[in-house]
Amino acid sequence: MNLKAVILVGGPQKGTRFRPLSLDLPKPLFPIAGFPLVHHHIEACCRLKEVTEILLIGFFQPNDALRRFIQRERQEFGKSIIYLQEYTMLGTAGCIYHFRDVITNGSPDAFFLMFSDAFCDFPLQEMIQFKEKFMPYLIMTVEVPKEQSLHYGCAGINLTTSEVVHYTEKPDTFVSCDINAGIYLLNIDIFENIGVLFQNKHRPSLSDTSMEEVMLHVSHQNVYKPESTMGRISLESEVLPRLAGSGKLFAFRMDRFWLNIKSAGSALYANQAILELYKSSHPERLSDLPGCKGNVYIHPTAEVDDSAVLGPNVTVGAGVVIGQGARVKNSMILDGALVKAHSCILNSIIGWHCVVGEWTRVEGTPTEIDPNAPHATTDNFYLFDEQGRLRPSITILGRDVTIPAEVVIRNSIIMPSKELGRGFKNQILL
Amino acid sequence: MAPNKNSTDFQRSCSCNNMKALILVGGYGTRLRPLTLNVPKPLVEFGNKPIMLHQVEALVEAGVRTVILAVSYMSDALEKEMQIHAKRLGIEIIFSQENEPLGTAGPLALARKHLAGPECNEPFFVLNSDVISDYPFAKLLEFHKEHGKEGTICVAKVEEPSKYGVVVYDKSSGLIHKFVEKPQEFVSNKINAGMYIFNPSMLNRIEERPMSIEREVFPYMANEHELCCMELQDFWMDIGQPKDFLKGMCMYLTSLRQRSPEKLLKGSNIIGNVLIDPSVKIGENCKIGPNVVLGPDVVIEDGVRIQRCTVMRKATIKSHSWLESCIIGWESRVGKWARLENVTVLGQDVNVKDEIYLNGVRILPHKSISTSVPEPQIIM
Repeated sequence: MNLKAVILVGGPQKGTRFRPLSLDLPKPLFPIAGFPLVHHHIEACCRLKEVTEILLIGFFQPNDALRRFIQRERQEFGKSIIYLQEYTMLGTAGCIYHFRDVITNGSPDAFFLMFSDAFCDFPLQEMIQFKEKFMPYLIMTVEVPKEQSLHYGCAGINLTTSEVVHYTEKPDTFVSCDINAGIYLLNIDIFENIGVLFQNKHRPSLSDTSMEEVMLHVSHQNVYKPESTMGRISLESEVLPRLAGSGKLFAFRMDRFWLNIKSAGSALYANQAILELYKSSHPERLSDLPGCKGNVYIHPTAEVDDSAVLGPNVTVGAGVVIGQGARVKNSMILDGALVKAHSCILNSIIGWHCVVGEWTRVEGTPTEIDPNAPHATTDNFYLFDEQGRLRPSITILGRDVTIPAEVVIRNSIIMPSKELGRGFKNQILL
Repeated sequence: MAPNKNSTDFQRSCSCNNMKALILVGGYGTRLRPLTLNVPKPLVEFGNKPIMLHQVEALVEAGVRTVILAVSYMSDALEKEMQIHAKRLGIEIIFSQENEPLGTAGPLALARKHLAGPECNEPFFVLNSDVISDYPFAKLLEFHKEHGKEGTICVAKVEEPSKYGVVVYDKSSGLIHKFVEKPQEFVSNKINAGMYIFNPSMLNRIEERPMSIEREVFPYMANEHELCCMELQDFWMDIGQPKDFLKGMCMYLTSLRQRSPEKLLKGSNIIGNVLIDPSVKIGENCKIGPNVVLGPDVVIEDGVRIQRCTVMRKATIKSHSWLESCIIGWESRVGKWARLENVTVLGQDVNVKDEIYLNGVRILPHKSISTSVPEPQIIM
């Protein structure tokens, strides 16, 4: 089988819940467990000999960081890796349709489509094997608790045949606990399905009755939108509901962990999950220093004092300095940060080139995964609850933040380039 | 004024070998909980010495030979401990126990037989057990003899007089005009400091019933021009609550710096006034002070930052922890990278696990704390 992989990376207008970490670089390049987020997706695709080319599609302006990243990935994996820029937001189906010639070039049989904020252990090989039985479109689903399912696309599945017989994106009331996990394996002829939709969007006066049905799924605004947004087509809202029950869309039900990385808080879970995966995929990346407990990744250029204690679930970036007797737990320390002696960092993300003073405590509250719900994933909460109160969150220091000695920073988000004079609790500091 | 009479009185009192004092110990010391759940308040160490011993030793120095402790409950521990000190100091300590709480005046009536006899007309001292000061009892006695009135009370200056009852008096003679409870406009910034000296005749004003010396005795004495006051020049603090205990500790250490600086610790990792028992062990790379008191057998491990704290006997502070404005009870343990602040008080034998954050938390004895408490709270 000849395959390609398409990874949708979004653009600067997306990933706002990931701020302030996405203020400095595109979210797909945000380092998790020592490597850019989308590197983990690319690596998973490159493990498959069937995959000949990887296409990243997004609406970021090509910039140095992105170019350097693509260059590095090509060198590391020796495969064709290309970034394709959408001229405007085309929607999840619209963008692949726009680049259909690039995707179909070389006549692949099918292609993986994945979202850069969907994260799991990427059982792509299993998906290929599964698809051989259930052609032609395969969608990975995971089971989540009822309350969480409403935030996702919900799939009604025939458990005997695995066929997706019903699909509703972000329903108002409960539909199904099986949700779209954001990873697909699609036959090339998917473009015919999208094409029909595309053509009809450009000809709003329809005669075909079946197309009228399709249009009912599309909100009224879409029909009368100006030309520039006419090409915007959502795979989840427009294509999948139409494919469901047509005998073509099947579910690959994944029962291991799965994360949707929307909020900055979920980055800590991704970090934890990837470090756990390193145990089997890259054991050499996990530190065996005596001061490390559990899974810890330390960049080779970081300097960690012998008396510091790190872990579990800690990533230390390039050029980071960790002082005497410091403690870091369930946190990410990004490149160039300085963590001074006796400080204590818990459930936090310390941004690039931050300075944390001696005996200072930087602490956040992780969003707990309900231990009683077997397939619960992280809740990607908004920062404020319905009453307008700030939720306790992980603590995030943006780039170049300086925290003085002997203070507490708790459940706070500090925007880049701030020099604090005192401690803060439950604050967002602009 | 009759200078002759005064000087005779003064000489007689100086030759007297049995001056008396009554300390109003009162009840359980609930305001200083959780420390006072296991240890009677008078025995809680302040500056590495039981609170009461500061008072008793100062009284002894001023010539007192009999100390009456007015208690509303009996504590074997207190009695045993105080009798040891009585022996050491060569004085008599008498426990006068109330059957019902008698307030701040009633206990004097109950102890009448100890305070005044037919053959003894010596003035006696009365003090609240919560006050910490440099106790200028000799000066108080001298002033009292000099003006010849029935009683003298010490007054202390406070920053915010509106919270207290203030004393209005004549600056030059010290004669008290009146007392004003919680003044709404400024009349004085001096308050009753809880240390008095009285002639035995004063006992006639008191009945053996619950009675307040501040409200039911002093105003009448002032009306009759029989009450004077003496301003305390140095430090004074009512240390009945943890917050004030720490404030008083800072004042006490400052006073110690002036009186006997050799008792304070010196070193490159020591900042300001730090008082430690010789048995204390301090690790490397610590930063201690200002205003820290460490009791016997306290262990401070490496990299600890501690300021404005009292750590009681046998407590252990583990590596890299940070403490400010705390009282750490006897035999308690504070884990690595813990942060305790804002008048956190640990009772006896409390175990705070590693990496815990406690903000203004009172923890009862024998508790083990394994989750942070970020806002002020009481842990039962």
